[in-house]
Amino acid sequence: MTHELKEQHTTNAGQDDLLVVSDLKKHFRLNRKTVLKAVDGISFSIKKGETLGLVGESGCGKSTVGRTLTRIYEPTDGEVHFDGLKLKGRLDGKTKKRINRDVQMIFQDPYSSLNPRMTVSEIISEGLVIHNPDMSQKDREKRVHELLLLVGLNKNHAGRYPHEFSGGQRQRIGIARALAVEPKFIVADEPIAALDVSIQAQIVNLLKELQEERGLTYLFIAHDLSMVKYISDRIAVMYLGKIVELAGSEALYEKPLHPYTQALLSAIPLPDPEKERTREQIVLTGDVPSPTDIPSGCRFRTRCPFAMDSCAVIDPEFREVEPGHSVACHLYDAEIMAKEGKELKTV
Amino acid sequence: MDNHILEVNNLHVSFKTRNGEVPAVRGVNFSLKKGETLAIVGESGFGKSVTAKSIMQLLPKQNTIIPEGEILYEGKDLLKFSKKEIQNVRGSDISMVFQDPMTSLNPTMKIGKQIMEGLSRHMSLTKKQARERAKEMLELVGIPNTEARLDAYPHQFSGGMRQRVVIAIALACNPKVLIADEPTTALDVTIQAQILRLMRGLQEKMDTAIVLITHDLGVVANMADRVAVMYAGEVVEQGTLDEIFYSPQHPYTLGLLRSMPNLDAPRTEPLIPIPGSPPDPASLGTGCPFAARCPYTMKVCHDHNPDYTAVSGTQAVRCWLQDERTPEEHVPEVIRKGRQTSEIAADQAAIDAAGGVPV
Repeated sequence: MTHELKEQHTTNAGQDDLLVVSDLKKHFRLNRKTVLKAVDGISFSIKKGETLGLVGESGCGKSTVGRTLTRIYEPTDGEVHFDGLKLKGRLDGKTKKRINRDVQMIFQDPYSSLNPRMTVSEIISEGLVIHNPDMSQKDREKRVHELLLLVGLNKNHAGRYPHEFSGGQRQRIGIARALAVEPKFIVADEPIAALDVSIQAQIVNLLKELQEERGLTYLFIAHDLSMVKYISDRIAVMYLGKIVELAGSEALYEKPLHPYTQALLSAIPLPDPEKERTREQIVLTGDVPSPTDIPSGCRFRTRCPFAMDSCAVIDPEFREVEPGHSVACHLYDAEIMAKEGKELKTV
Repeated sequence: MDNHILEVNNLHVSFKTRNGEVPAVRGVNFSLKKGETLAIVGESGFGKSVTAKSIMQLLPKQNTIIPEGEILYEGKDLLKFSKKEIQNVRGSDISMVFQDPMTSLNPTMKIGKQIMEGLSRHMSLTKKQARERAKEMLELVGIPNTEARLDAYPHQFSGGMRQRVVIAIALACNPKVLIADEPTTALDVTIQAQILRLMRGLQEKMDTAIVLITHDLGVVANMADRVAVMYAGEVVEQGTLDEIFYSPQHPYTLGLLRSMPNLDAPRTEPLIPIPGSPPDPASLGTGCPFAARCPYTMKVCHDHNPDYTAVSGTQAVRCWLQDERTPEEHVPEVIRKGRQTSEIAADQAAIDAAGGVPV
């Protein structure tokens, strides 16, 4: 069984992947001396029609990943293969235009991501005007109405302005705007974080329905782990600019391997008093180090309860330790553990 | 009754706006015992923070109207206090932790001075004693290297550390009641876990009663003894932690619990959202404010707002489904579980005897 899975995994790689990211980096130069390494060499792939959840605490670089993939930021280094295109370095105008259409983004704050001086119709059709200039005014209008219906609004809303809508409705407008140009890949950057609990489920259900209907591929960025688990097929956990663990969403929750993932999961307060009373919490000490001054070796070692001597020296490699489950931690590396004279953590 | 340290009875708060008076809090009742934690949950705009701020009287005087209600602290009505009297209570007997640790500290003042401010005002300590006490407080909330940290400014601290400082300030004068308004909302989960653990530890040590305001049901399950659920300025349901989570009686509480994904549930189970959006507090009618979004709504719900019905000795709910005139077949299975008419009658009698306020 395991063997079969492994084989399947390797043969599948590259075939139906919509997006393959290798060693992506985005560094920001703050001044002459300081460089902020927001994203520091990450690799992952997303299959067509799949949702990859990207979680981590504030400042870990998850939003920068999304913005780099949508080319709001130019990557510092690394290669991205998207739908048969190889994206490296500066892009020519034609490629850039294609990316701008095929990759769309849904933003966190539905209050600041819609231009208050444009009507809903103008907001949604802006992309159509740029990418389908031949479309007649009438067709465009029809398309806007279709999109509004699709996201659960109605065509009477087209002439109104954003301030006339509630947060949840605004997020629906943002989704309609993203869908207008028929993208293949959507980066949803904390799309529900600014919404009330009773509204969050509405938006998540909408995103899931749209995915089933249109075969969309999502990168779902969030810090709310319970929603991420619900919407994602696989989840990547980021810490200080690197992915420390990547696994199927069930596997990640049932068997988190990286000490950071374990702590993160145990820190989520569960809406269930009985479980809250009985479970053991791993409470991490200290704060996340600054991304301008990343610790040597493993970047989690300053807060890790299992840190060893090797962790300060060697940066752990991101390896697959079981089919579809990768982790960057020395505890699962036979060689390092032998050197430390400690028992290897079994998967 | 006598062991209640804080009691809020039928509190109404309205704001004067250009479009007339807008009711933000519409008849809130709750009480707090020594050393216990009451969580007030609800979504944004439902009057949670307004309730908290009216206890501390931090609402702007010029456009706030409190037409009705009383806030009893140790039996005395805070709403009748003079400005001077309330200043003596604020920070010493009742203190508050705010949501955003980035803005609730004064950026131009050293941390030590900010902690000592309350100490020298309320506890008449000398400067030296106050500094000693400030150092103790920083140690207590887990900030290392206290001597040097007293002379640091807020911007030199991280978010989690700042919230620790805010808690140190709030607890410096040994308050009997701590009001924590979304204390961990601005923080990351691993830091949130640290702060919640800290608050629980300090509560045990100092026997402080906590009013915890939050929208996160996970935090509630972690911290609270009792829960009050607010909707559109009213407490629609109140009960012990287990009652609210395992036997919710108000359709809104039920909807709130159902719309949250459970970490253990399989992904294929769809979330059940509450349809529609929260009502505008300026245009609430006479009916139940949840009627427009409620799946079990009846005709009466749109015209009349229900009163409290006691479901148990500790749980009370404002919903017409609990009324005995509601036909049995209309009451959904989940709600019926809590309905045992004889028990309710007994509880109701006890409450009537106690003056009509659910205990």
